[in-house]
Amino acid sequence: MAAGVLRYQPLNLARWIIWGGTAVLMAALPLVFTQGFAITVISQMGVAIIFTLSYNMLLGQSGMLSFGHAVYSGLGAYIAVHTLNLAAKGQFWMPVSLLPLVGGLAGAFFGVLFGYVTTKRAGTTFAMITLGIGELVGSCSLMFPDFFGGEGGITTNRVFGQPFLGITFGPAIQVYYLIALWCIASMALMYAWSHTPLGRMANAVRDNPERAEFVGYDTQKVRWLTLIISAFFAGIAGALTAINFEIVTAENVSAVRSGGVLLAAFIGGVGFFFGPIIGACVFVYFVVALSVHTKAWLLYLGLFFMLMVMFAPGGIASLIMMQVQLIARKRFGRIARHYLAAGASGLMVLAALILTVEMTYKISVDSATGTLMKLFGMEFDAAAGTAWAVAIGLWIVGGWLFNLACLRVARVWGEIQTEFVEGRA
Amino acid sequence: MEFFLISLLNGVSYGLLLFMLSSGLTLIFSMMGVLNFAHASFYMIGAYLAYTLGLKLGFFPALFLAPILTGLFGALIERFGLRKVHRYGHVAELLFTFGLAYLIEESVKVIWGLASMPYRIPAVLDGPLFTLYTTSFPKFRGFMMLVALAMLFSVYLLLMRTRIGLVIQAALTHPQTVEALGHNVPRVFMLVFGGGTALAGLAGVIGGAAFITEPSMAASVGPIVFVVAVVGGMGSLAGAFLASLLIGIVQTFAIALDWSLAGMLAAVGIGVTESTPLYSLWKLQLSQVAPVLPYLLLVLMLIFRPKGLLGTRAD
Amino acid sequence: MSPNALELKAVRKSFGNTEIIRGTDLAIPRGERHAVIGPNGAGKSTLFNLISGRFPVNSGAILLNGEDITGLKPFEINRKGLSRSFQITNLFYNLSVFENLRCAVLWSLGYRYSFWHRLNGLREPQRRAEEVMHRIGLTRRRNVAAGVLSYAEQRALEIGITIAGGAAAILLDEPTAGMNRSETAAAVELVRSVTEGKTLIMVEHDMGVVFDLADRISVLVYGEIIASGRPEEIRANPAVQEAYLGALHKEVAHA
Repeated sequence: MAAGVLRYQPLNLARWIIWGGTAVLMAALPLVFTQGFAITVISQMGVAIIFTLSYNMLLGQSGMLSFGHAVYSGLGAYIAVHTLNLAAKGQFWMPVSLLPLVGGLAGAFFGVLFGYVTTKRAGTTFAMITLGIGELVGSCSLMFPDFFGGEGGITTNRVFGQPFLGITFGPAIQVYYLIALWCIASMALMYAWSHTPLGRMANAVRDNPERAEFVGYDTQKVRWLTLIISAFFAGIAGALTAINFEIVTAENVSAVRSGGVLLAAFIGGVGFFFGPIIGACVFVYFVVALSVHTKAWLLYLGLFFMLMVMFAPGGIASLIMMQVQLIARKRFGRIARHYLAAGASGLMVLAALILTVEMTYKISVDSATGTLMKLFGMEFDAAAGTAWAVAIGLWIVGGWLFNLACLRVARVWGEIQTEFVEGRA
Repeated sequence: MEFFLISLLNGVSYGLLLFMLSSGLTLIFSMMGVLNFAHASFYMIGAYLAYTLGLKLGFFPALFLAPILTGLFGALIERFGLRKVHRYGHVAELLFTFGLAYLIEESVKVIWGLASMPYRIPAVLDGPLFTLYTTSFPKFRGFMMLVALAMLFSVYLLLMRTRIGLVIQAALTHPQTVEALGHNVPRVFMLVFGGGTALAGLAGVIGGAAFITEPSMAASVGPIVFVVAVVGGMGSLAGAFLASLLIGIVQTFAIALDWSLAGMLAAVGIGVTESTPLYSLWKLQLSQVAPVLPYLLLVLMLIFRPKGLLGTRAD
Repeated sequence: MSPNALELKAVRKSFGNTEIIRGTDLAIPRGERHAVIGPNGAGKSTLFNLISGRFPVNSGAILLNGEDITGLKPFEINRKGLSRSFQITNLFYNLSVFENLRCAVLWSLGYRYSFWHRLNGLREPQRRAEEVMHRIGLTRRRNVAAGVLSYAEQRALEIGITIAGGAAAILLDEPTAGMNRSETAAAVELVRSVTEGKTLIMVEHDMGVVFDLADRISVLVYGEIIASGRPEEIRANPAVQEAYLGALHKEVAHA
């Protein structure tokens, strides 16, 4: 994880530009993407960014691999939705805009509770306990229908009371801006956390827990406090989900949700602060956009994740930073055409993969209406030999070319790195 | 008495099935240090392969072929996937198998669809084996126990009587030494991963027929198998055996019992009604709590005895 | 207050059936530089692990400034003013040299688990980390990750982390292990300067370093201290020559 080297930077212009730019971008997005569907997507991305960043406080910053992070966002969402329903009944005063705080506090509460158990251990054992706690809460959701709402979940209505300055939170766009505000605040706070004594010691505990004990730190306490803060932000994300969808179901605390945030964080890159932000956006794109086009979207996502684990364990963020390094030293041009070749042949392999998966699906599962299907704007018969011949041809030719191109990229990359080292010496 | 004996038999047979799964997981973990998150996915592959092969060849040839094919698939995964990730450490390996579980589940959905398969018990093994008072014990349950015990015995022979078995056995306790002695560790790894997944495949052939063959079968049994491995003690085969039976029996009994705290309180004269605070907690029946019990056990175990029942490694 | 910075009373430690430390008594006055020597396998590193709380003792007591610290956890002992280095380099590998040192001073400056201070706004940790970095000669390597430093640099950082917190008692486990002659000389000067006015207990194999640095020496053989005294006394002690130097001569002859 190259990002471990955290440099001392005084408050500088670049940082103001980045944060200001992010805020402006988030404010401007709904003006560009005006369709209802696009607003839904960017709203979900905003929530996912908070959730994934909170997850990375554990995985990337503190070296805690959790399989049960949805427990905190999910329970946060449930508490938030119950609070909202009570507030709507007039039991007490509670504006919708502050509901995420309720979710966050609920998340932190469960972080105190479960974290005490899970953070007693580190490494693989920690991962196992979080899996156990996740399944425990997941199974409880069917045992306590009063709280979890059983199969149907708990529904709510975010519009109640008098509008404040004309804001009712009825229209999706108003919810988007609420999410955007909480998102930018959460991002800033989590970034700030990574530059506090606790945040830095979390890095230290990740790198070498034993040494951390010998400079005076109780590693268990560092992990516990980190988990509580992480659960707080997860709870905020959970409450925003509740506001956004107006329903919370058992799926919100499930292993599927916990697994999803792990996929998102890892794909984005756990070694950099901005990695999970990318990961969250890619993940939501996969979930929302791709699932419209194909039933096998999770297959593509899983495959993408595995390829990342095998070939780019630093995630998309590390791939980007590698290019930034080349661009900064004016070597990018030399490798760019090899990237193009790899990209082009990679597209062939991707086409082969998609063809194979979709044709298999058509034949074995979806053949009730015949085996005619449409893909890439072409209509063809999935059961026909020619279609399969094309797929196999693409696999062989594309695979061969892709392999060649990758070897070329690796060689040029190696050459450039050697030049860097020699240049330094 | 009748209820007790039948439940015990059912619990033992379910426990033995769990052991077929957890033994492979334990072997892989103790040899390679890899927590195979996708272990139950191989169980699912075994079931689906057995169903598909069984359509053409019948149940018994499938009983042999499906585990072998599953094991081959596992060996290939190890050779061309897991091995590449090995150098990034155990967490990366865990992540790899985590992704693999996704991939297998989704591939199964694409190939076989979302619906459950009509994978049934063969006619020879259908019907009651014997009748105890008024309740009959199915033949297939007996067959399940038989296969599990036969597997246990073969694994035991393999570990005790063959050279590769000795290497594996040595690696259970002294992994570094085995490596230092210059055994072809990558090849042994491939064999162990293949072997472990083949055992999972065998469990799938049996479990798929006994219970249900559907895309979510891996996700439902997977966490339980982890619980067994952790409770038994990571890397301990004997511990896995003990924990499998324990969890099998506890769950079978729990599902069948409708005890609740409210009932118990009523028995000692304290009435619990809907107006009592936390009523939903008091009225819970043991059968409703049953799915939670293994995880509760796991959490308690990790807090109070992180080594597990018979384990030697704390982390 | 006890005049002794560190005191061991009948400390015993076994692993399985093997007793590694067999009733060790040791008293080290405040401000002394004390070396523990002994042949391989004598239990020197184990002794350090017991003192610093890495392993629990089987019996006996360990006192720091007269206060019983037996059975305390490593971080509790560290907070009481005892800091140690490791024979096998033990750093925060993905953090930079500067961050390594800053992590080492945070607790002692009272920032504990704070998540309400901005690190870069804290003058004192920064000043202290810079100062230690200057003393160990790594200012040039400020922003380099500890994992990619050269071996000698990592050893220097190891000592830097140990002393950065300002502990009054310093345990150094083979500070010059694996170094060449000029690196060793530099390390000796470094240890001398950074332990000025502190209590130093060190395990060391290099006799040149030991006789150069130590005010007093204890000889540990098979878990027992067979002699303790000033360097010239130890040099002249026949039992030591027999038990330790003899063994050492054999080792040298073999090597």
